[in-house]
Amino acid sequence: MARIIVVTSGKGGVGKTTTSAAIAMGLAKKGHKTAVIDFDVGLRNLDLIMGCERRVVYDFVNVINGEATLNQALIKDKHCDKLFILPASQTRDKDALTQEGVGKVLDDLSKDFKYIVCDSPAGIEKGAHLAMYFADDAFVVTNPEVSSVRDSDRMLGLLSSKSRRAEQNEEPIKEYLLLSRYAPDRVKLGDMLSVDDVQDILSLHLLGVIPESKSVLTASNSGVPVILDEKSDAGQAYADIVSRYLGEERPHRFIDEKKGLFGKLFGGK
Amino acid sequence: MSTDSQNTPHTASVLEFKSSTFSVPVLVLSNNDLKAIEQQLQQKIQLAPEFFKNSPIVFDLQELNKQEVEIDITSLANVIRKSGLVPIGIRGGNEEQIQTALALQIPVYSIHNSLSSDTPKQKKNVPLTASEQKIENSTTLITQPIRSGQRIYAAGDLIVMAQVSAGAEIMAEGNIHIYNTLRGRALAGVQGNPDARIFCFDLQAELISIAGNYKISEDINDSTRNRPVQIYLQEHTLFIKDIREH
Repeated sequence: MARIIVVTSGKGGVGKTTTSAAIAMGLAKKGHKTAVIDFDVGLRNLDLIMGCERRVVYDFVNVINGEATLNQALIKDKHCDKLFILPASQTRDKDALTQEGVGKVLDDLSKDFKYIVCDSPAGIEKGAHLAMYFADDAFVVTNPEVSSVRDSDRMLGLLSSKSRRAEQNEEPIKEYLLLSRYAPDRVKLGDMLSVDDVQDILSLHLLGVIPESKSVLTASNSGVPVILDEKSDAGQAYADIVSRYLGEERPHRFIDEKKGLFGKLFGGK
Repeated sequence: MSTDSQNTPHTASVLEFKSSTFSVPVLVLSNNDLKAIEQQLQQKIQLAPEFFKNSPIVFDLQELNKQEVEIDITSLANVIRKSGLVPIGIRGGNEEQIQTALALQIPVYSIHNSLSSDTPKQKKNVPLTASEQKIENSTTLITQPIRSGQRIYAAGDLIVMAQVSAGAEIMAEGNIHIYNTLRGRALAGVQGNPDARIFCFDLQAELISIAGNYKISEDINDSTRNRPVQIYLQEHTLFIKDIREH
């Protein structure tokens, strides 16, 4: 049985798709057969971030409607043969997703894959609901600012009440906090909430802090998940997160301002 | 009779039967000692003289008849009337008692709809404490964080061990205890109980309310913010006090 991970946030633009791509790649690089699904029907992005937009033939909605098989729709990643992408449809909307259809696709994938990463759309409506409904684990991506934290809190409420596990009285979804676009120097100035502030409000297990980094934008535009950029701080942060999720001990980094020459070269924005 | 028909020559309807349900106290007797009954009746009435003044009452003889204890219906009706109550029915009587009651123009109620109603009978005898009992009997305990957008309603007291997030709303007919941070809204005594209180470990609430009297975040004094407090109502004013003060 596969472990189903939803990457969610409530708020848009906080880094869900970047995170989904990085996490899925990280798990696959560790040798686990991983599928990553784009639930943002109508606003397809994951294929761009993963650099496979030119190879999309069939999509998630085609599979749900029985117009294509899973094997036809899954795209094998060019960097790692353990990673497969199921793109969203760009020409449809969220109503094309049904709970039954999504459940069947996840069931079928579960037979073959170790991890299934669901990239949730923003909001709390149907697309986001179906992305998290079948999840075992939830990565809640939050930016260190109040509205993002509030939306994450709302999403956590839905995870604990509107998911399959909640409805069937099973063990609740395991929730992890991923704090993205973190800038220690701005926290110091008081412009940004600190890790402690966010944890105090959400009282959630911190899986990792991803620093604000130019390398994320570069990676997105070139269609290579940022985790493959091993020299970048964001890439290292995601590698740490994957390792921690798999049970390895890794000290938290990127929380404090960098010091010394290295810090001067790579610190700041 | 003839004058009546002259006054109303037309055939328009002057009356209508409607079904209506009333809540009437039932006096359940377990002893035939009329002196003791009178005395204890007086004691009960003194607890709430206004409530019992001219109150209709049904007396229930089921217990007595189970014990095969005889009671004089005429004297009993007199004792009840003397106490300021109006007997309007008899229930659970034997054939002889029913005949006596009918002769005294006291209607007879059947027992079948109240066979399993021991508790309601007790409640009707002491109507003033009924709401308190309910609160004592049902406490809701929550150990998970209450997140933004979630609503909790407790019919009695509510105890929350985890935090209550901003944008969450918790309501209780009784007291609210929060052994963590309160950032959302907390409404105690929502059915109008002014004696309900809110206790919380760290007050950062958006809104607090007891029996409809509320304070919003802006009205909460900085001296009580981020502190363990209790909130109670006194003459329609909410007081927020350090939990260690009495």
